[in-house]
Amino acid sequence: MKALRLIAVTMGLSGALLGAALGAQEGVGKEQVVQVTARRFTFTPNEIVVKKGRPVVLEISSEDFVHGFNVPALKLRADLPPGIVTRVRFTPERVGEYDFVCDNFCGAGHEEMHGRIVVKE
Amino acid sequence: MMKRRDFLRLVSVGGGAVFASGLAGRALADYGGDKQAQAYDEFYFVQLSDTHWGYKGPANPDAANTLKKAVAAVNALETRPDFIVFTGDLTHTTDDAQERRRRLAEFRDIVSELKVKNVRFMPGEHDASLDNGAVYKELFGDTHYTFDHKGVHFIALDNVSDPGARIGDAQLEWLKADLSRQKKNAPIVVLTHRPLFDLTPQWDWATRDGAKAVDLLMPYTNVTVFYGHIHQEHHHRTEHIAHHSAKSLIFPLPAPGSQEKRTPLPWDPAAPNKGLGFREIEAEVNDARYKIIERPVSKG
Repeated sequence: MKALRLIAVTMGLSGALLGAALGAQEGVGKEQVVQVTARRFTFTPNEIVVKKGRPVVLEISSEDFVHGFNVPALKLRADLPPGIVTRVRFTPERVGEYDFVCDNFCGAGHEEMHGRIVVKE
Repeated sequence: MMKRRDFLRLVSVGGGAVFASGLAGRALADYGGDKQAQAYDEFYFVQLSDTHWGYKGPANPDAANTLKKAVAAVNALETRPDFIVFTGDLTHTTDDAQERRRRLAEFRDIVSELKVKNVRFMPGEHDASLDNGAVYKELFGDTHYTFDHKGVHFIALDNVSDPGARIGDAQLEWLKADLSRQKKNAPIVVLTHRPLFDLTPQWDWATRDGAKAVDLLMPYTNVTVFYGHIHQEHHHRTEHIAHHSAKSLIFPLPAPGSQEKRTPLPWDPAAPNKGLGFREIEAEVNDARYKIIERPVSKG
């Protein structure tokens, strides 16, 4: 079963995630796909609104550096090599706001490179 | 002549002294009666951190002078420290490799004015992450090393040359081998830039494999970590291991996780050095393991 093979990261804190996968090419149906661009020193968009219980795929493209994408509260992280689309899959189980950050030092504006995932009902 | 201990007691009234690591009973208990292990002399050293030479911005309009003032303040200490350590971010980062070299060289020239010549350096991510420490190594040498001073074993760990904030397996193996030569109750001080524990990972205030280093240190009963990176005093324990971050010498940052962004605290023209400073760390035998005294950039 493909979905099981793709599970690559651990469960979220307090059951925030049911399952998550990195680098997947496709997944279960009705996913919300969000395209994200990473470049020195911003994520675009830097606020990602998703729906509780609906699977999400973040398709992240880096333009200039192996940025990091880290959502500590959801135990999600990935390196973002330029030139490929890095897919981060998760299913948000709790309403809330979860900060993400570039955690690969990328230059003079590194400290400003962050954003937030907003999970709504 | 005033004794060193009396001097410290006086300055500690207004200087923010804290007893950094276990008190006497704990320290003696840790030694398990092994008199040989506790036979080190009292001494003190100075920690400076996050000088960010080359920074220009509203968070410190006096940035061109702050480091020089700190050097003067250290030189003016009534009792000279045995040695001085800089725990990283000597310079403010730049994408321009030539400019990075120039800033590191300027920093080196400025701190060459320190009267104490036993000075130990280590990089921060601003110095080393964009070129894996190449220029830093040319000018300052190894990014991780050990030294011993009056019976205390010091270990400088590099968690910044990897832009992903990893110590890395090779350095962890090196640490393991070094620790294997130490007694379990040996006094050990770890110097590093980033916190070895997950302080505020959403602000990148962590070391990705820091827990592995802490695990290696855990069997040792007298370990204290001094670090920088977060531009403020902070005290934390991972079980019996104490971790103490230092103030910066450029601008203070907000308390961990206290706001959305880790933006510098605003410059206060009425108190231009507010939140900045360096510290004295005194290694004591029977009083406290390490006593920290926070110092302003300059008097007045």
